[in-house]
Amino acid sequence: MHSCRRQVASLGAKMPFNLLVLACLAYVAFLFLVAFAGERRAAMGAMGFLRSPVVYTLSLSIYCTAWTFYGAVGYAARSGLEFLTIYLGPTLVFIGWWWVLRKLVRIGRQQRVTSIADLISSRYGKSNILGILVTVIAVVAATPYIALQLQSVTQSFGVFASETPENWALPNHDATVFWVAAGLALFTIVFGTRNLDAKEQHHGIVIAIAVEAVVKLVALLAVGIFVVWGLGGGPVAMIGRIETIANPAWMIQPTRWAGLIFLSAAAVISLPRMFQVMVVENVEEDHLARASWAFPLYLVLMNIFILPIAVVGLELMPAGANPDMLVLTLPLSQGQGGLAMLAFLGGFSSATSMVIVETIALATMVSNHIVMPVWLWLRPDTARTGDLRGGILLSRRLSIMAVLALGVAYFKMSGGSNALAAIGLVAFAGMAQVLPAILGGIFWRGGTKLGAVLGLSIGFVVWAYTLFLPSFGEGAMLSAEIFRNGLFGIGWLRPQALFGTEGMDPLIHALFWSFSLNTAAYALGSLLSFPDPVERVQGVSFVNAFDEESQAERLGWTHGQAEPEALLNMAQRILGDDAALSFFETETAAQGKAGYLPDLTPAFLAALERRLAGSVGAATAHAMISQLFGRATVTVEDLMAVATEAAQIMEYSAQLESQRSELTRTARQLREVNEKLTQISAQKDAFLSQISHELRTPMTSIRAFSEILTEGDLPPKMVADYGQIIHAEAQRLTRLLDDLLDISVLENGSVQLNLGLASITDMIERALVAASQTRPERRFEVQRDPTREAIFVRTDPDRLVQVFINLISNARKYCDAEAPRLRISVRQKGGRVMVDFIDNGSGIPKEAQGLIFEKFARLSDESRAGGAGLGLAICREIMANLGGTVAYLPGQKGAAFRVSVPLRLDPAAGVAAKETLRV
Amino acid sequence: MRRPRPPLFLARAVYRRRRLRDAARLLPVLGLFLLLLPLMWGDPSGKGAGQSVVYVFVVWVVLIALAAYLAPGLARPESDGEAGRDAQLPPSGGKSGGQDAL
Repeated sequence: MHSCRRQVASLGAKMPFNLLVLACLAYVAFLFLVAFAGERRAAMGAMGFLRSPVVYTLSLSIYCTAWTFYGAVGYAARSGLEFLTIYLGPTLVFIGWWWVLRKLVRIGRQQRVTSIADLISSRYGKSNILGILVTVIAVVAATPYIALQLQSVTQSFGVFASETPENWALPNHDATVFWVAAGLALFTIVFGTRNLDAKEQHHGIVIAIAVEAVVKLVALLAVGIFVVWGLGGGPVAMIGRIETIANPAWMIQPTRWAGLIFLSAAAVISLPRMFQVMVVENVEEDHLARASWAFPLYLVLMNIFILPIAVVGLELMPAGANPDMLVLTLPLSQGQGGLAMLAFLGGFSSATSMVIVETIALATMVSNHIVMPVWLWLRPDTARTGDLRGGILLSRRLSIMAVLALGVAYFKMSGGSNALAAIGLVAFAGMAQVLPAILGGIFWRGGTKLGAVLGLSIGFVVWAYTLFLPSFGEGAMLSAEIFRNGLFGIGWLRPQALFGTEGMDPLIHALFWSFSLNTAAYALGSLLSFPDPVERVQGVSFVNAFDEESQAERLGWTHGQAEPEALLNMAQRILGDDAALSFFETETAAQGKAGYLPDLTPAFLAALERRLAGSVGAATAHAMISQLFGRATVTVEDLMAVATEAAQIMEYSAQLESQRSELTRTARQLREVNEKLTQISAQKDAFLSQISHELRTPMTSIRAFSEILTEGDLPPKMVADYGQIIHAEAQRLTRLLDDLLDISVLENGSVQLNLGLASITDMIERALVAASQTRPERRFEVQRDPTREAIFVRTDPDRLVQVFINLISNARKYCDAEAPRLRISVRQKGGRVMVDFIDNGSGIPKEAQGLIFEKFARLSDESRAGGAGLGLAICREIMANLGGTVAYLPGQKGAAFRVSVPLRLDPAAGVAAKETLRV
Repeated sequence: MRRPRPPLFLARAVYRRRRLRDAARLLPVLGLFLLLLPLMWGDPSGKGAGQSVVYVFVVWVVLIALAAYLAPGLARPESDGEAGRDAQLPPSGGKSGGQDAL
């Protein structure tokens, strides 16, 4: 043992603390790069490897935290085989994925669930009380667990910093904790709140966690292989060694063995971080099939060397050594500095990945179920005005910092004591209290909100009283008096012997009573209460998640007084302009219409609500739509289907009803088309008279002046003047004829395109210069973002510039604002470039929006500045020839046009696009 | 609008797939049984933990192997059988939803 100490002392010099910190920082920088690269690839749509089942399986490994990495060895050293139960439970859940996990993942995708609190709140009638309750339970249960991770990082720093491994004290471990927590907060905020995704997925973080999963597995395997083959003499000798140990504490205790398998199985379903990676970050349901065996395999590999490390560690290390740090101290004591460093990084990975994901999951809950509802309640008008996205992101970021600050505060309060080591199971038991509400919610239609609230609160209180508060030790939270004589001196209420059950292990005792009472309260509350319609509809769609038919008849909105434009405005403020517009566009297209404003069918509203729920949670989304929509209602069909189980007759009438509404919609579409045709026919007549008129005016003046000129003997100055006028009028005629020719050529598709490579910046510059001749007397402010414009496209630059010129001069002509302003924004999306021209005028009235692209459609004559009303019609034809589109963008507080061109114009494709347009 | 009566017999492929799902459902039950078995081994104080360790790990790996054998068949999208799936459901008045009907 003496030689061992000397070795360690000499190692202190070999392994400077600075080097460790440096390695640690380099590793963190590497993780930042990985996460950043992941985000980049996801943003470019090149997900490839990111979406593979391997990454999904590896990300599930955040189940193995620092508690596994360091604590499992300590656990094994103390109580033998029992540590395996923590991994056997999840194994059973995963190989039995067909029962529960498959359904959870399916529901998570259907309902766009953002967290476990959201799942429960959404199932029980989008109730926010339940959301808050689950959030509180999650925060209370997870805070000590986060503190535990921070402690393990400081302890492992301590092992390297101190001279001898037995002494854990790091001179300033407060500072270490602070810097680690600050680093984690930064990482989580940077990659966890970059955007408000529709489905709350964080690809950068998932890929970083997958990398960390590999690091911790490799580290633990390396230490294990070193111990078994380097120190233990091979696997057979190792088993023999384990056989000889006759430690009474190592005996399997039947109740603990079975109880812990159950507890860990419950935990793997209900831990917020597991739910986050398993359900929320799931990109494809099929990945679960692969993970069903691959994740248990990972667990086997993580655990296969734990017992050997513990046995050899107990033999070789001095008696007082902390068994929780054996993974580090054993290699160190054997002079394996590099291996110890690897083990340190493995432990660091386990701790950081857990903290990051747990923090994101908790922050999402806190922000969606506590901060946002309070904010909306305090300022109800924010649902209608103001940019909500900034607010939501801010509240996420603050929640992340608050959660981490709680963890640090808990760590400081408990002083990094050994009491933390037991907290892993305590946290499991606390979070597992949501299990009855989840399982009941997805398998039993009769489960109600009241039942869930009662079950959760009773389970939580019993857990806190029998396990959480006693875990601080006698006299810390509960007085010794209560321990001995029970609450208020009632013997039946002793925290570790409820109702006189004295013979039980404290953990099993707490588990037994909290789960029994929780389940009983849930069942009884559900049996005795009556659910409201929203709850019943949600219940059906959760329990029958695999039944396509019942998914069709979901909770819907009846026609209210909201305008599609108001909904679009709200959606833009939550999802962002682009996402909202493309969502509305797809929905409109699905209804067989063109443009951005769909009919407000119940199906569309349900889809919109689910989409919003992906960003702000089900309860908030429901509340926001109902604020705009007047009242929250379910359709008559839904109510009928809910009210009676014998809904067959109703089903028939519901089908008739849906056919009727289908007919109504078709009729309306026909009417719209008819209206347009009538307008176009009127336009055609107008076109002829317009053309004659347009041709006649210049003709008349040319004829008159040339007559005067033929009479002769005029002063030369007058001749020159008249000649000038004739020239100008002839020019105007030519321009008009050019335009007409242009449009007929474009319409025939026989136009010759001069393809070339040109940058958007240059084209906008050219267009701005050319358009500045229109009403040059007006001061006109143009807002641009040069960095986003630096995109090269392969197209016909002259034609595209022609379109830009037209749109810009239109803005100059018709924008009626006091201080006219034009915003040109460019973005690239899926192989296309979108250029938006948005001015701050009064825009184009809704009824005219369908007409402006027609020939000779000039809206008013008030500020007529030349041109024959062919501009936008030509633009539309040019864009069709370039394989792109130009469209009016509603809801931008001004006239707004979006030009969309492909990055590379394939000449054949341009023609094909043109053909389909013609059909 | 009653649902049509379910057919009495299923096509062979569909039948196989249903039994595969049954196997997937039974696997965790088998696993639980095997993992609780060591509790019945009587008083272990005389011998060490070596045997139990080997037993637990062997059971663990066998369960994973079985799950890996079943998983590809379960993940396959149900194309042919699924089209008429609702029609094959027993008319379960919506009580249990019957989403996993045999």
